[in-house]
Amino acid sequence: MQTKNNQRTGAFGEEVITQYLAAKNSEIIERNWRIREGEIDIIALQPNGIFAFIEVKTRSSLAFGHPLEAINRQKALRMQRLALGWLATHGWLGSEYQIDVAAVLIEPDGSHSIEYRANVL
Amino acid sequence: MTLAQTNSIALLGLDGHVVNVEVDIADGLPMYCLLGLPDAALSESRERVRSAMVNCAEVWPNRKVTVSLSPAWLPKSGSGFDLAICIALLSAHETIPSERICDVVFLGELSLDGRIRSVRGVLPALMAAFKSGIRTAVVPAANSSEAGLMQGMEIIAMAHLKHVLHWLRNGEREIAQEIDYQWNESEEHLDFADVAGQPEARLAAEIAATGGHHILLIGPPGAGKTMIAERIPTIMPALKITEALEVTSVHSLAGSFTTRSPTSLVAPIVSPHHTTTRVAMVGGGTHAIRPGACSLAHHGVLFIDEAPECPAGVLDSLRQPLEAGTVTIARSIGNVTFPARFLLVLAANPCPCGKFTGRGRNCTCTSAQVRRYLGKLSGPLMDRIDLRVHVDPVGRIDMARNELGETSALIRARVIAARAVAEKRFAGLGYSLNSQIPARSLRTNFQPERAAMSFLHDELEREHITARGLHKIVRVSWTLSDLHGHVLPTLDDVKQAHSIRGGVEI
Repeated sequence: MQTKNNQRTGAFGEEVITQYLAAKNSEIIERNWRIREGEIDIIALQPNGIFAFIEVKTRSSLAFGHPLEAINRQKALRMQRLALGWLATHGWLGSEYQIDVAAVLIEPDGSHSIEYRANVL
Repeated sequence: MTLAQTNSIALLGLDGHVVNVEVDIADGLPMYCLLGLPDAALSESRERVRSAMVNCAEVWPNRKVTVSLSPAWLPKSGSGFDLAICIALLSAHETIPSERICDVVFLGELSLDGRIRSVRGVLPALMAAFKSGIRTAVVPAANSSEAGLMQGMEIIAMAHLKHVLHWLRNGEREIAQEIDYQWNESEEHLDFADVAGQPEARLAAEIAATGGHHILLIGPPGAGKTMIAERIPTIMPALKITEALEVTSVHSLAGSFTTRSPTSLVAPIVSPHHTTTRVAMVGGGTHAIRPGACSLAHHGVLFIDEAPECPAGVLDSLRQPLEAGTVTIARSIGNVTFPARFLLVLAANPCPCGKFTGRGRNCTCTSAQVRRYLGKLSGPLMDRIDLRVHVDPVGRIDMARNELGETSALIRARVIAARAVAEKRFAGLGYSLNSQIPARSLRTNFQPERAAMSFLHDELEREHITARGLHKIVRVSWTLSDLHGHVLPTLDDVKQAHSIRGGVEI
């Protein structure tokens, strides 16, 4: 039950960020791109022509620390590998890209807040 | 603003460098990066600073925090930077006005709940800050009496991070810390009145304290060697303020205020165990170079009991400090010089079993063992020891006597008077104690009276004394002459000096 709940929370966070990006005129290219090494939550093409690979962390409390703290350098580097994998398989190798991280915090009353860190590497 | 800077001090020996603590908070994943060659204790500052901040209801920035301690090439050690890092971080986070902190030095280790803990070396750190033009410093409340000795600076002693933040934000101090500037002249419970009998050893101690003559006490166990040595600081004049500041600085660096008050004017006494190492004796260490026993005894007494039991190199490592009055320690992070001008007091048993005294009836040692035992004290070291005194077992008459011996206060008064005479005589010569008279001057400016000299020359001719021994006798005779109020050492002074040295050379 708990797992299902967490999945719902995660999906909600990704939806929130997708809308956030769309509002900024980014084109959402793919969501939940998954290969054996891992998954990229959102792949977007920004208005400036740079691909953004976004990891979304959603939390419903700060009891286990800030969501962004869950992403250490190792995780960011794995994201970079995944991003290169996506670019290579889609014929975009050589184009400019960045790794972004977004945190969505859901308050008990149902409202939510967004923290977006661009180009974290 | 996401950038802020304040100051702290890095110590290399007693030399302090002002360290600029800069904090930058940049966008990016939450991380903490500490630059500027920190050692292990300093690298752990992140966890202390973070917990202290959070427990004082401050917000930890979940961003990329870069802390730079410059100059970057200078290796930094210890937890004393915690407070400065924390304050700069909060300022970079725009919760503290930045203009308030850029001319202030912060010293102190943070505990997880925000209390400010004491650190080592506060006084030398403040001296360095003063020298580079900083006039305000925040120090741990536990170090306030030591910090209060620093004149000309506004010292703010704080016990908790909350108080510091309150002060920086509102300009008012929650607790007006009254800093105690009082030097205390005496704190000793020991007194020479406790020593029964031993007139020769008492006189020798008085001479040593007056003229700064290093001394070797030889006697069987239980005769009172340790008792006498421990009481020598009680008859030495109170330290001058400049001397006391040096002593306090060294002790502050060693963190030895549990045994000695920072505001004490009493000459220190340090008695390392005879199994001590060379590094413990002269100082050393890899990351933070700490002063050794001989520097902790600066302006005081270095007492080594059972001296012949010391491992070979340890006593001989004292030769350089005995000569120079300083000790220089070379390590990969730099050279450090500590002051080390002390009165050396050695104590030894006459033989390995300790009973070779009087007629030596109870001694179980062979004559070769007896000879070898004191021979372990090397020639070059003995060369620097002016007084060699036999402390005989206390006899029944001395023990049975009811009245106490002379008090320390009485002896000290004589010592002070005699030292004043010597200081006047040596004015402008760069030294002030009789033990420091160069050999050349002993034969020219500072010769005893004619009859005394011819007595010494006779002794020299009969090979009862050596040329080196002659010089030592003359130095001691000057101290005796000062104590007796003579203008020049008389024949009696010289004869007394001769007899108290114990005649034969070792």
